[in-house]
Amino acid sequence: MIAEIGQFALILALIIAIVQAVLPMAGAARNDAGLMALASTSALALVLFIGLAFAALTHAFIVSDFTLAIVAENSHSAKPMLYKVAGVWGNHEGSMLLWVLILAIFGAAVALFGANLPPALKARALSVQGMIAAAFIAFIVFTSNPFARLDPAPADGTGLNPLLQDPGLAFHPPLLYLGYVGFSMAFSFAIAALIEGRVDAAWARWVRPWTLAAWAFLTAGIALGSWWAYYELGWGGWWFWDPVENSSFMPWLFGTALLHSAVVVEKRDALKSWTILLAILTFSMSLLGTFLVRSGVLTSVHAFATDPARGVFILLILAIAIGGALLLFAIRAPSMKSGGLFAPVSREGALVLNNMLLTVAAATVLLGTLYPLILEAVSGGESRVSVGPPFFNATFAPIMVPLVLAVAAGPFLAWKRGNLRTIAHKLIPSALAAVGVIALTFALKPDGPALAPFGMGLAAWLAAGAIAEWAGRVSLFTAPGASWRRLAGLPRSASGMTLAHLGLAVMIVGITGASAWRVEIIDTLPPGATVTRDGYSVTLGNIDEGIGPNYRFQRGTLTVARHGTTVATLTPERRFYPVAGQSTTEAGIRTTWLADYYGVIGEPAAAPGERAATDAWTVRFYVNPMIPWIWTGAMLMVAGGFLSLSDRRHRVGAPRRAAASATMTGNAPAAAE
Amino acid sequence: MRRLILIAPVALFAGLIAVMAWLLLGAEGGQRDASTIPSALIGKPAPDFDLPPVNGNIPGGFATADLKGRPTIVNVFASWCVPCLAEHPLIARLAEEGHAVYGLNHKDQPEAAAKWLARHGNPYTAVGADIDGRASIEWGVTGVPETFIIDAKGIVRFKYAGPLTPNLIARKLMPVLEEVSR
Repeated sequence: MIAEIGQFALILALIIAIVQAVLPMAGAARNDAGLMALASTSALALVLFIGLAFAALTHAFIVSDFTLAIVAENSHSAKPMLYKVAGVWGNHEGSMLLWVLILAIFGAAVALFGANLPPALKARALSVQGMIAAAFIAFIVFTSNPFARLDPAPADGTGLNPLLQDPGLAFHPPLLYLGYVGFSMAFSFAIAALIEGRVDAAWARWVRPWTLAAWAFLTAGIALGSWWAYYELGWGGWWFWDPVENSSFMPWLFGTALLHSAVVVEKRDALKSWTILLAILTFSMSLLGTFLVRSGVLTSVHAFATDPARGVFILLILAIAIGGALLLFAIRAPSMKSGGLFAPVSREGALVLNNMLLTVAAATVLLGTLYPLILEAVSGGESRVSVGPPFFNATFAPIMVPLVLAVAAGPFLAWKRGNLRTIAHKLIPSALAAVGVIALTFALKPDGPALAPFGMGLAAWLAAGAIAEWAGRVSLFTAPGASWRRLAGLPRSASGMTLAHLGLAVMIVGITGASAWRVEIIDTLPPGATVTRDGYSVTLGNIDEGIGPNYRFQRGTLTVARHGTTVATLTPERRFYPVAGQSTTEAGIRTTWLADYYGVIGEPAAAPGERAATDAWTVRFYVNPMIPWIWTGAMLMVAGGFLSLSDRRHRVGAPRRAAASATMTGNAPAAAE
Repeated sequence: MRRLILIAPVALFAGLIAVMAWLLLGAEGGQRDASTIPSALIGKPAPDFDLPPVNGNIPGGFATADLKGRPTIVNVFASWCVPCLAEHPLIARLAEEGHAVYGLNHKDQPEAAAKWLARHGNPYTAVGADIDGRASIEWGVTGVPETFIIDAKGIVRFKYAGPLTPNLIARKLMPVLEEVSR
């Protein structure tokens, strides 16, 4: 019964979304205030009905209603409650429902907080949101109905994929979708602006907080996913350049570029067409990611069960949304007048460089991800290749080096025209820090890869630059007495930027350490045996067996010693989930500030004819230096994003156009971003 | 020139959509499944092998000739393999439903295999002991468990690497079994 209410609510939501797509757009064209006002009403109704459908589905999972096919296939009565709820979005249909729910929440937020938006812009933007919502709700209703019944109903469910029964992964999809779908706001406003043929500071001021929020959520989602892969998949790696990882990374790269170019539109009224294009591309990458994951054109640990009809449907949405947006852009962009001029050496110039490098990086990842698919299509299915980490490491890192060098310099530059000599002077602390850290790293790790000290130096360059710039603003060194007062007056967006850039530096330390000085020991050991290599000795203790909530486990004890002193005791597990018939590995990890000790036990090694098979176990042990810094850095970036978002300027929202241009010409302090 | 630059994104994107459409609808008519690595054996006669029984108490062994005359299922298993134990009840159900299921005991010790079959039940029509793994190589076995379907003429029609699940049996195995039984 409740499921039927959910299905009914979903169909009503489809109708509301169509209304929201059509009427406000027509109202804006005919300047009809009544029709335009319908945008907000329908956006609120939409979130209500999708919320109702989502609640109905969640209810079915909580009470384990196995008459629903989706519950029977993805849940089990013995599953812990957290994973019953997470099971709602642990499958294709439910995750699409979450996707449109988040879309509707963003739309409702515009309706509620957009009171001071120009009514036509608001109506058009909400109408574009309505079109996206209508397309995806139709996709759910016609190809992926989450409320399909099963007759006869099974006595119990077949369980959720045990790999996904993990707290980290329970929250990974919602965060990721908040990011993906959040970029739809920038997209909708870009389309609205293209239709109106006008982009100004007020527009950028409206788009930026949404982009910033989406970006922060996406950063958190990607980081959480990477952390999950690290401790759950048992390979000791944290990023695999897997096509699905890449399809979340591409919107991130474009979104980061958008975040920075929107600043230029807001402060300087320049780079308008480019910012619009970025807004379109960022959300296009989100849509492309949705398509790649769900259409079955590529294979990955993350891919959902596939069905060609679904692929065709999403491809159509993709073609209309992205194709239409780009076409509109091609037609309307030439009429967009560009405002402020600037010299190559200026804050704007630095942000253009940032945009170019980020775009090239995103294009590289896109090429690497799609090349196998393109080759397969061009060769008529004859050639199948896979593009792996070697390609991405060789192409991506060289693009990132100049970017990081510029990130430290950019915030020092003045708007319009900067001075190279002043910049060089201000970057002296960075240069000193970099040289110092390079020398120190060489001294401490003389036998590592030659590039590793430079990675550390790069991080020091960026960190010192970010701190020096922030210290300069609060006069930490020149007038420390006034620092507190100046800090109180400093826009939070400025501190947010410093924090995010620091986060990037911290992350670079982690990436450099984890890829340069990793120690790997893989061996087959009977209990009680020890393997010694690269200064570490690893002893396998007894293997215990036991029973968890819905699995059986075998737990090993690995004692790790360095030069004779015990540094860590790890308890990795192998879990077997009888309902799903799958095994998972739980890595034993001990984290210190400088490194992770990471151990996994594999299947009992089979050695027929020699000894009983369960006597020897495959043991994998890694030392991952600095790796916790990767996620610490990501958390700093997220914190920076939210700190900047809490800036008063954003909360107040966009002033009306007249007021905006007045403040623009008046006192535009070159501070903030 | 400026026009051309503005149209470039649309043109590139159109090309991309064409590629995607081909992958979805192209040569294999939407039947392309990226996750299956096709076995070289599909559509070919089952390889030549002749396996001894595990021991005197367990029916077996079997050879290529035993797989002719009716559709058969060959299940590769071992007593040291945990996923094999997980799929064991499903194998038993297939046998109860009247299918001829042969067990290829992969790199196992005869005593361990006999004890495992005694404890968990022996659903197999016959079990062949592949102690050195030679027959498994002929079958292209990459890990345990694996399951094959062979039609009445002795032609391999289906292969799955990994433990069977009820879902998988219903969706993938059953259609093939019905087809070869016709």
